Amino acid sequence: MDNGLVLWMVILASGALTFGLRWSFIHALGGREIPPTLMRLLRYVPPAVLAALVVPAILRPDGPIDLSLDNHRLIAGAFALVAAVATRSVFGTLAVGMGALWIVNYLFP
Amino acid sequence: MLLSAFRSRPFLAGVRAIAPLVPPMFAFGMISGVAAADAGVSFAAAMGMAVVIFAGAAQLAIAQLINQDALPVVLVATAFVINLRFAMYSASLAPHLKHLPAPKRAGLAYILSDQAYALSIIRMTSDEHGGEERGHLFLFACGLMVWLTWLPASVAGYVIGAGIPPSWGLGFAVPLSFMALLVPALKDRPTVVAAIVGGSVAVIAGGLPYNLGLGLGAVSGIATGYLTERLREARNG
Repeated sequence: MDNGLVLWMVILASGALTFGLRWSFIHALGGREIPPTLMRLLRYVPPAVLAALVVPAILRPDGPIDLSLDNHRLIAGAFALVAAVATRSVFGTLAVGMGALWIVNYLFP
Repeated sequence: MLLSAFRSRPFLAGVRAIAPLVPPMFAFGMISGVAAADAGVSFAAAMGMAVVIFAGAAQLAIAQLINQDALPVVLVATAFVINLRFAMYSASLAPHLKHLPAPKRAGLAYILSDQAYALSIIRMTSDEHGGEERGHLFLFACGLMVWLTWLPASVAGYVIGAGIPPSWGLGFAVPLSFMALLVPALKDRPTVVAAIVGGSVAVIAGGLPYNLGLGLGAVSGIATGYLTERLREARNG
């Protein structure tokens, strides 16, 4: 792709749209009450979106779904989940998850 | 005035809360820098992406699509679809920010990220800290820390990234940090149902183009979580 003007237009357009999404409700709802049904729906944004980000990254490490033990992310992710529930700490989850991935990668290259 | 904000209790709490997420953020920023360099994007344009778009998943997708010689309009559309979740975050945070003047709301919107949102919504809806005075400074602290991490990480990734062996699996730090944010969001049965459905649908639909699986998973997870809540209400009369 042309590395000049076209790319900059893509960057500026994507940036403007992304800012628009971030700004949309924060701006539009300023000073107004949100309908109760919408409030109740919003409660499920964090669990649904975060799970939709996490699970495919573990079960589809290279694209296709991989539920076998050859999927090192699946093994490391299981250990990390136990750590996340037990420690409730970001650091604990990362340390156990990355540690498990490195150990499995080392033992089964 | 800014100095007093930096010393306020919510701001300091935000810095403390986001601190453990800085290393995975740095890894994520580096990955986006590597991807931009791999795609043959100039250094200036790579930094432009980091500042103007400031959204890792969308930046990665753009870099990947440049490699595939996709049309410019496809790049923009993909970034938009991947970032649709920010509109949900925006709606979710709006009631907690509605008292602020418009410029402050715009500034907070610009630095809104997955990590800053997930931490802030937990605090803003907690019994202990919900509705606290200057509570928006918690979000400001998280967003600012992410922004200050993102730029040097992008530079480092662009400049030295090619030397990092793939066997380190640095990319795995990103979903792990989202997992650590997901667990505290699981408060009761409806939120667990929302996560299970959201994650499953995202995996099943993960083969769809433009990362549509993420959006489908999010929407179906939110809908089933809400329906579960309504069902429990109906049963408990």
